[in-house]
Amino acid sequence: MRLSRFFRRRDRDADLAQELDAHLRHEIDDYVAQGLSVQEATRRAHLALGSTTRVREDIWTRNSLRPLEGMLRDLAYAARTLARTPGFAVMAMFVMALGIGANTALFTVVHSVLMKPLPFADPDHLVMLYERSVDGDYPFNVIAPGVYAEWEKGAHSFERMAIFGSGSYNLSRDSGQLPERIESTRASAEFFPALGVSPAYGRVFDANDDRPQADASVVLSWGLWKRRFGGDKSIVGRTILLDGKTYTVIGIMPSWFAYPDAQTQVWTALHHEIPPQDLVALDNHSFMAVARLKPGVTMRQALSEIDTISHRLREQFGASQPAISPGANMRLLLDDMVHDFKTPLYVLLAATGCVLLIACLNVANLLIARAASRRKEVAIRAALGGSRWRLVREQLSETLLLSAIGGAVGLVLAYFAIHWLVGVRQDIAREESIHMDWIAVTFTVGVTLLSALLAGLIPALSISGRGGLGALHESSRSHTGGQGKTRLRKLLLALEVALTVVLLVGAGLLLKSYQKLRSSDMGCATSNVLTLRLNLPDEHYGHEQRVQFFEQLLTRVRALSGVSAAALVNVVPGQGYGGDNIITIPEHPPLPPGQLQIARRRFCDPGYFAALQIPIIRGRTFTDQERIGRADKVIISQLTADSFFRGEDPIGRHLVVDVGLNNKPQPYEIIGVVGDTRYLISMPPQPMMYFPLLSGLTGRAVIVVRSQHDVTSLAIPVQQIVQSLDKDLPVAYVLTLNQLIGASTIEASFTSTLIVAFAVLSLVLASVGLYGVLSYLVEQRTSEIGVRIALGAQREQVLRLMLLDGLRPAVIGLALGLLGGALASQLIRSMLYGVRPLDIAIFVAVAVVLMLVAAISCLVPAWRASRLDPIRALRVE
Amino acid sequence: MLQGTLDMLVLRTLVTGPAHGHTIAHVIEHSSEEALQVEQGSLYPALHRLQDRGWVSSYWGASENNRKAKFYKLTAAGRKQLVAETSRWRQLVGAIGRVLGEVEG
Repeated sequence: MRLSRFFRRRDRDADLAQELDAHLRHEIDDYVAQGLSVQEATRRAHLALGSTTRVREDIWTRNSLRPLEGMLRDLAYAARTLARTPGFAVMAMFVMALGIGANTALFTVVHSVLMKPLPFADPDHLVMLYERSVDGDYPFNVIAPGVYAEWEKGAHSFERMAIFGSGSYNLSRDSGQLPERIESTRASAEFFPALGVSPAYGRVFDANDDRPQADASVVLSWGLWKRRFGGDKSIVGRTILLDGKTYTVIGIMPSWFAYPDAQTQVWTALHHEIPPQDLVALDNHSFMAVARLKPGVTMRQALSEIDTISHRLREQFGASQPAISPGANMRLLLDDMVHDFKTPLYVLLAATGCVLLIACLNVANLLIARAASRRKEVAIRAALGGSRWRLVREQLSETLLLSAIGGAVGLVLAYFAIHWLVGVRQDIAREESIHMDWIAVTFTVGVTLLSALLAGLIPALSISGRGGLGALHESSRSHTGGQGKTRLRKLLLALEVALTVVLLVGAGLLLKSYQKLRSSDMGCATSNVLTLRLNLPDEHYGHEQRVQFFEQLLTRVRALSGVSAAALVNVVPGQGYGGDNIITIPEHPPLPPGQLQIARRRFCDPGYFAALQIPIIRGRTFTDQERIGRADKVIISQLTADSFFRGEDPIGRHLVVDVGLNNKPQPYEIIGVVGDTRYLISMPPQPMMYFPLLSGLTGRAVIVVRSQHDVTSLAIPVQQIVQSLDKDLPVAYVLTLNQLIGASTIEASFTSTLIVAFAVLSLVLASVGLYGVLSYLVEQRTSEIGVRIALGAQREQVLRLMLLDGLRPAVIGLALGLLGGALASQLIRSMLYGVRPLDIAIFVAVAVVLMLVAAISCLVPAWRASRLDPIRALRVE
Repeated sequence: MLQGTLDMLVLRTLVTGPAHGHTIAHVIEHSSEEALQVEQGSLYPALHRLQDRGWVSSYWGASENNRKAKFYKLTAAGRKQLVAETSRWRQLVGAIGRVLGEVEG
């Protein structure tokens, strides 16, 4: 009501003017009718009514909202002031937009990923269950199915619990579609009920489906259903072929459901997929478990319950099965999902916070400079009775306008930044939940207001801090002026530099650790190596058929023109864990209880080491004859030799290992020692052992192809060979080895790149600040410098004087920043690889870069000061 | 004139039908036999106030001597308000009269 009157008061005023005019005319008519002359009538009418302007003003004020009107006037005034220095205004808005935009984007990601509750029913009661590894290195280790079974039997703290593991299937070609390798999750019947999710269509499996004898059933992800089956609902109840076997599609999950990860395209029933004898082991750590706590049961109670069970199992069977875990562990499902992303995301958010703070300080600094040049005006206004609040308000409106526009632009920037980020970082957990929502917008508004307050309040308080008269005095003799203000500006500058140094230190550490990471020696050839993965389904391939397939494949791939070498291995370097085994050495005395010897297990063909240029240090590689039935040889890595055969020749010794042959440990004779390779680029090499792939024990293989030049052009011919050998066999993950390794360093690359970008931006801002302050200082001291030069000061002396003056805040800021950087580096310790947090080289480099940039930014104004013409300088007064 | 009485008088004037500002002022003066002089400068703010409160509505029309004028018309709410104010005024006058009556003797 009042608001509508406020906005329509201009119309109403025009209306009133007409009304008053009409009144006058009627009055004049009356007087004329009484016989007065028109002139006299007009005079009397006006006299009777009084001032029409006063009436109009009266109603105008009544219709206006005072605070709102004041604000609009302030904003209009601020806009005019800013328009007078468009360069400054645009710069400030741009900087604010970048700062606010980056903060909004990062906040949105942090909020969506780390804080938003999971989209499951009552997510606070969902926990992940783990075992502690024997060596204590992995407090959250994957679990053994036998231990899980005991938990399920003995624990009462849980409403429901479910076990699941990952797997993959070959989805057969049908109706014109190519065969495809898809990732799956094999889960027990309680899996979906425990999470509290229901399918979009159809149903999920129940206890009846989750049995070895049951008919095979599969639940599809929304994505696969849309892409592969065209979103046809009638697929529910129909069958599809997975690994050549018939599965009935019983349900389709909703589009938002992506658990345990976004790669999962189908869910199958665990107890149907995995034979019962494989689900009793107490020491085969390869499953995950999710559980829902009963209402009122705390995590501590639940943990102590399963921990006791694990303890008991260890006591009972630990002597014969030393890999049984000594205890259990647990964490909230949300913590579990986002655990790896917490530190990097918070570090990025902190960095964007720093950038925004620097931006605000910079704007504040520039405003103080401008306020200084308006000193006289302000003093006169104060002397004429302008209230202090009025002046503060003006300053605040200006920064409010700046940051509001910056915030609006920043919001748009953030929108695109998030879009980009989600595209680049598909690996972030809950990536599908990252959206800008009203909380993000509220955050933006809050940050905008805060920035305005920060950038505006410092200069605002500094202008009105002193009595008007003093300022008038001061500004009449400019060479003595502005001491206090200069000190404030230098302080802000030192702060700015300190923050910049912290960012630079962080950026330097992360960049160096990323470079270390990328340059770590994989232990094998990585360039011009192509990898393609395939999996021969057990249904169609026995041991003999696998070996036959592998040999045909190798012969044909090696015959391709352009192929320098080709080989097969079940897991390539950089691909990850790949499985391990406990080994015993019959030639050695038994190990003391509690000690284990573990080595990673690989299967490869005889040409693998040559193909990947892994050096054979001693002994030899396999022969073609060491195959099914006669594959009793093993090759070990250097680290295995060093760890388990210290001071002796391992060749001719044996390893007793169960790698799946008759499901019991068999002796294998060591025939060679090869160089170490890394299973992950970010991890040191582990003891490794290689068994012949031609043993036919596994149908899982990676084709490794090396070429002299562009190896990617060989991808299609190799896939065609696979197709011609088995038209239902899909090939997956066609990547060069460098791409494969790069994918695992994306986190480090992304974070370090962004932080470096932020640090550079801050450095630019800080140097602009330095330049601005010194220029202002030189201007302030123009006449003083003039006098000095006139009295015979050398120009070099002036240069040095000004340079030192300008560099002092930089030096103070640098010292503070190095200190802060040392503290901050402890916080990012977990993100560093191969770099100590207090890396001297980085700190020195940062100091040098900063001083260099500072010197350059100060040099221009200092040089200008030294070139001052004393006559003109003195005439300035 | 007493605070608030102008509003009441304006509303009373409008009971007989719509009128514009000039008429209202003169009617009040005439009816009071020139005892009350309406300060024309405060009439218009009062009219606008009454309109904002919804007691009168306004429209532009032609006046008796064929000039354009803004007419004010009593609304239902205004009529109710007038009744309330009149009775309150009567009570006030009665009370004051009773007080003064004792001194008169």
